[in-house]
Amino acid sequence: MSPVTVLIPTLLRPLVGDRSAVEVPLEAPAPVSAVLDTVADGRPIFARRIRDETGALRRYVNVYVDGEDVRRADGLATPVSPGSEVMIIQSVAGG
Amino acid sequence: METTLLAIGTKKGLWLATSTDRHNWSLSQPHHLMTEIPSVGIDTRGGRTRILVGMMDWHWGPTVVYSDDLGATWSEPEQGAIKFAESDETALGRIWQLQPDSEERPGVVWAGCEPISVWKSTDGGEHFELNRGLWDHPHRSEWGAGFGGAAAHSVLPSPADDTVHVAMSTGGVYRSTDGGQSWEPRNKGISAYFMPDPNPEFGQCVHKIARDSVNPQRLYAQNHHGVYRSDDGAETWESIADGLPADFGFVMLSHPRRSGTAWVVPLKADGERIPPDARLAVHRTDDAGATWTRLDKGLPPTEYNAVLRDAAGVDTADPVGVYFGTRGGSVYASADEGENFTEVASHLPDVLCVRAAVVVGTAAPVASP
Repeated sequence: MSPVTVLIPTLLRPLVGDRSAVEVPLEAPAPVSAVLDTVADGRPIFARRIRDETGALRRYVNVYVDGEDVRRADGLATPVSPGSEVMIIQSVAGG
Repeated sequence: METTLLAIGTKKGLWLATSTDRHNWSLSQPHHLMTEIPSVGIDTRGGRTRILVGMMDWHWGPTVVYSDDLGATWSEPEQGAIKFAESDETALGRIWQLQPDSEERPGVVWAGCEPISVWKSTDGGEHFELNRGLWDHPHRSEWGAGFGGAAAHSVLPSPADDTVHVAMSTGGVYRSTDGGQSWEPRNKGISAYFMPDPNPEFGQCVHKIARDSVNPQRLYAQNHHGVYRSDDGAETWESIADGLPADFGFVMLSHPRRSGTAWVVPLKADGERIPPDARLAVHRTDDAGATWTRLDKGLPPTEYNAVLRDAAGVDTADPVGVYFGTRGGSVYASADEGENFTEVASHLPDVLCVRAAVVVGTAAPVASP
């Protein structure tokens, strides 16, 4: 079993114990939503920062699975394999 | 010792100003820097000062935070204070209004939000319940979005009974007489010149409403062109725009103790959203809109920035303090009901909301980390 590494953006690190990455145990491929659920478990504020109450990824939050933007793949159903890297990053927005 | 607290929500953070004489102000460092602050409520009921803030982070979404120590520390309800149920299949967009109810209803705070929705808290703003009566209203599909989004931006519970008035852009004024269980449009007399039928039952773009403090049946409205008063709980509205340099604008304030006194900040027109002749002024009526007095002492001779619907407020001191901020980041205070203004701050980001209150204590607000 090889864990998935979820990279946390600087602004959200206080919500996950000031860590820059969270490891999620994974035995078989799973949708990225399930990986995010695991990171967000017990961290409701973190959960709300990433996804709204319908479960949708917030508009200016991007998630990459092994470097691929999930919006260009299968959205939150994009599969993540054991050993993968999931990166959460805010998009360039605002002025 | 009494201190006046002025909360200034901007496009890039919250500033808190305090003063013991309402002339000399001490301005904090920014709180929640780089977060849009469209709504602030200061709840002084029960001897506690709670600053409620409706934040909007364009990356991380909207949320409510509050401080019970004048901004020294902030708390965010873990589960989110305002949240749609999964079955509603929608998400909170923006918190436009945080309105504490009257002294007789301690703990009750109302919120007006985008998408158009009204929420009620009974625990001081830590958790809100969606008002289902308005959410399930059959008119919902016909309400539209103003330029700033589709929102319930004014929530006015009556201190006298179970009446609540709500104003939305666009949709107009709705009234409930049963504490929010059922709602009816109440826009008779308010123009919607931008629609095929300029006098529809609903659909008006009412920018702000305020309730008369002495006569709860009397309301004032600043419309998208048009300034109105109702003396019958919004059953009918009549124009009180005569005597103003323009009938466009966003602000409507009422006096906390005196009937018939209200303030507006006119802008030239829908298509020219600047003060008339670029001369910024507040206008006050003391006779429920029969006449208006122009007030501009202490204001700049030239101003091209608008004053948004919640970027103005009053305190409860005697005489009443009047406060407003511009999209150019200037904030002004008057300690004498608008007769004279002093500048509290300048060069802030666009001012979105301003609220003031007399609080107990002298603690100076500090910046959050």
